[in-house]
Amino acid sequence: MFDIDKWQEILATIKKNKMRTFLTGFSVAWGIFMLMILLGSGNGLSNGVAANFMNDAVNAMWIWNGETTIAYEGMKTGRPIRFQNQDQEIVSKVSGVGVSSGRYFMGNTRYSYGQESGEYTTITCQPALKDVENLTLNEGRFINQIDILQNRKVVVIGTDIKTALFKDSVALGEYVNVNMVPFQVVGICSEPGSTRNRNAYMPLSTAQMIFNGSNKIHNLALTINASTLEESQVIEEQIRSALGRQHKFDPKDEGAIGLYNKLENYIQTMKIFQAIKIFIWIIGIGTLIAGIVGVSNIMLIVVKERTKEIGIRKAIGASPSSVIGLILLESIMITTIAGYIGLVLGTGLMEMINYFMMQSAGPATERSETIFMNPTVDINIAIYSTLLLIVAGAIAGYIPAKRAASIKPIVALRDE
Amino acid sequence: MISKTSRKHKAMIRLNNIHKSYEMGSNSLHVLKGIDLQIEQGDFVSIMGSSGSGKSTLLNILGMLDTYDKGTYHLSGNLISNMSEKKAAKYRNDYVGFVFQSFNLISFKNAMENVALPLYYKGVPRKKRNQIALEYLEKLGLKEWANHMPNEMSGGQKQRVAIARALISQPKIILADEPTGALDTATSYEVMEILKEINASGITVIIVTHEHDIAAMTRQIIRLKDGRIHEIIRNGELKEFQKSYIHGLEIQTA
Repeated sequence: MFDIDKWQEILATIKKNKMRTFLTGFSVAWGIFMLMILLGSGNGLSNGVAANFMNDAVNAMWIWNGETTIAYEGMKTGRPIRFQNQDQEIVSKVSGVGVSSGRYFMGNTRYSYGQESGEYTTITCQPALKDVENLTLNEGRFINQIDILQNRKVVVIGTDIKTALFKDSVALGEYVNVNMVPFQVVGICSEPGSTRNRNAYMPLSTAQMIFNGSNKIHNLALTINASTLEESQVIEEQIRSALGRQHKFDPKDEGAIGLYNKLENYIQTMKIFQAIKIFIWIIGIGTLIAGIVGVSNIMLIVVKERTKEIGIRKAIGASPSSVIGLILLESIMITTIAGYIGLVLGTGLMEMINYFMMQSAGPATERSETIFMNPTVDINIAIYSTLLLIVAGAIAGYIPAKRAASIKPIVALRDE
Repeated sequence: MISKTSRKHKAMIRLNNIHKSYEMGSNSLHVLKGIDLQIEQGDFVSIMGSSGSGKSTLLNILGMLDTYDKGTYHLSGNLISNMSEKKAAKYRNDYVGFVFQSFNLISFKNAMENVALPLYYKGVPRKKRNQIALEYLEKLGLKEWANHMPNEMSGGQKQRVAIARALISQPKIILADEPTGALDTATSYEVMEILKEINASGITVIIVTHEHDIAAMTRQIIRLKDGRIHEIIRNGELKEFQKSYIHGLEIQTA
């Protein structure tokens, strides 16, 4: 199969029909090119959306309070539910719940340092929030457990606040006045995928004490340990029933508490992308099949044209297998080489798009939300595609080769 | 049929009651209706007959290009029947060299490559087979034409290339189907001279022809009529036959 003579024979026939070979190859190259473009775009979309999900922990869950909408145990609807510190303990005892943090929002808190001041949102929280919201610390540290226990007056400020109040000077260790109460800056953070970092974070316990929050919390942020949609829904139900027992509302009451299960969303979105990927493969393979049919068609014509030549070869001693090999190998060679050209052009184009996107997007820390990211095809796909091409070439050449092998020399020689 | 003189020779071809019919849609065409024939090693035989007499079919069966329906065919002592395509290809390669009316050279190969092709199927390495091909082309006076493509050559040259190709695998038999059919008289006689020389070297040559002067140059004429052997002309009778047809040749060669 790999002797040099056979290749020379094939090259000779290909050289003889350059235009036809080119057109045949083009259909295959185009098929693979389109497949690569589609796969690359699909990947880009999928990567982009996945990256957006990564702005928070993928398995994050937020719970906020609401009003009952179902009468329960003799109580009317419309009863407000209020979360308190112990609710966090209740939720954290539910199996499958990872880390959790209660939050108490203080809108428009006035921050001032020296001559500079501004109003920002203060989120009072516990250390776990950093993991739930995937906060990035540029300097210093986040709120820790000791801050909570000792009700320390410390604050972690967003980069925008730091820039506004401190300009270029060092903020870490300085004291800022928060609603006239001095807090020490222990960290500077930013949220991934966000251009606005105008939030400040301080210990929940400190804030409740200083700013009259008593033991109220507004919402709960937590992570859950679930790998499937079903698991996460079970955890969700358990949380609802646990809080329902505490606050006496129907666990089926969707209005009593609000709950956002990011994992559920993530899994569903990823499922959509999986479907899109399958769809892309179907379209891509469909395009490729069109190419294969084209090659097969041309090879049939080639066999028809070469009937006499094949007859002569057989008359002077060519075995059927050598004739099959000749046609099959030519078909495989055309598809593989043409396919490879398509593959290289397709991936090349996607790499180029990726390169220019990177250029225009700027450094990763400043990148805003994008739904298109890294639209490239990985090496495995390229390898599979190559195998696919060889198989495709063999399939394309099979029927023509069989036809060639069945040519009877006398019939071929009679065919003037 | 086996005479005392021919018994000394090994029977190269032995046909026994060969029948062949072709299916043409619903009706079948009985082409060969029982051929009994023996051709000895070193014979120079021509098969004659009007068109439709079955001469080409007979040649195709002899060359294992076609199968027969009934009877037996022994080639050099081997029974040729119902063999696989692969085996038939091997036998053809080992025993038979073909020369055709329309030369049947491969158009995109030069003379040398065309001549070397049978050796390719024998697995001879490229360099060696090209060298052998050149030797054969030289024998046929075509050495300078080795790198020419078939469409650059005259009919006679093409036929000589074809003969070189038939000879290169050192066959026992040369089967020629109207080898001079596409050539003018002078070239025809040249080709026949070459075939005579080949025969003189001990190779059995069988040609199909409908030209009497060509047939007259062979040493035995088999006339077919309606799928049967009508007559076999040899020795004394052949002299008569040659007398009436060969003067054209004598004028040419004189």
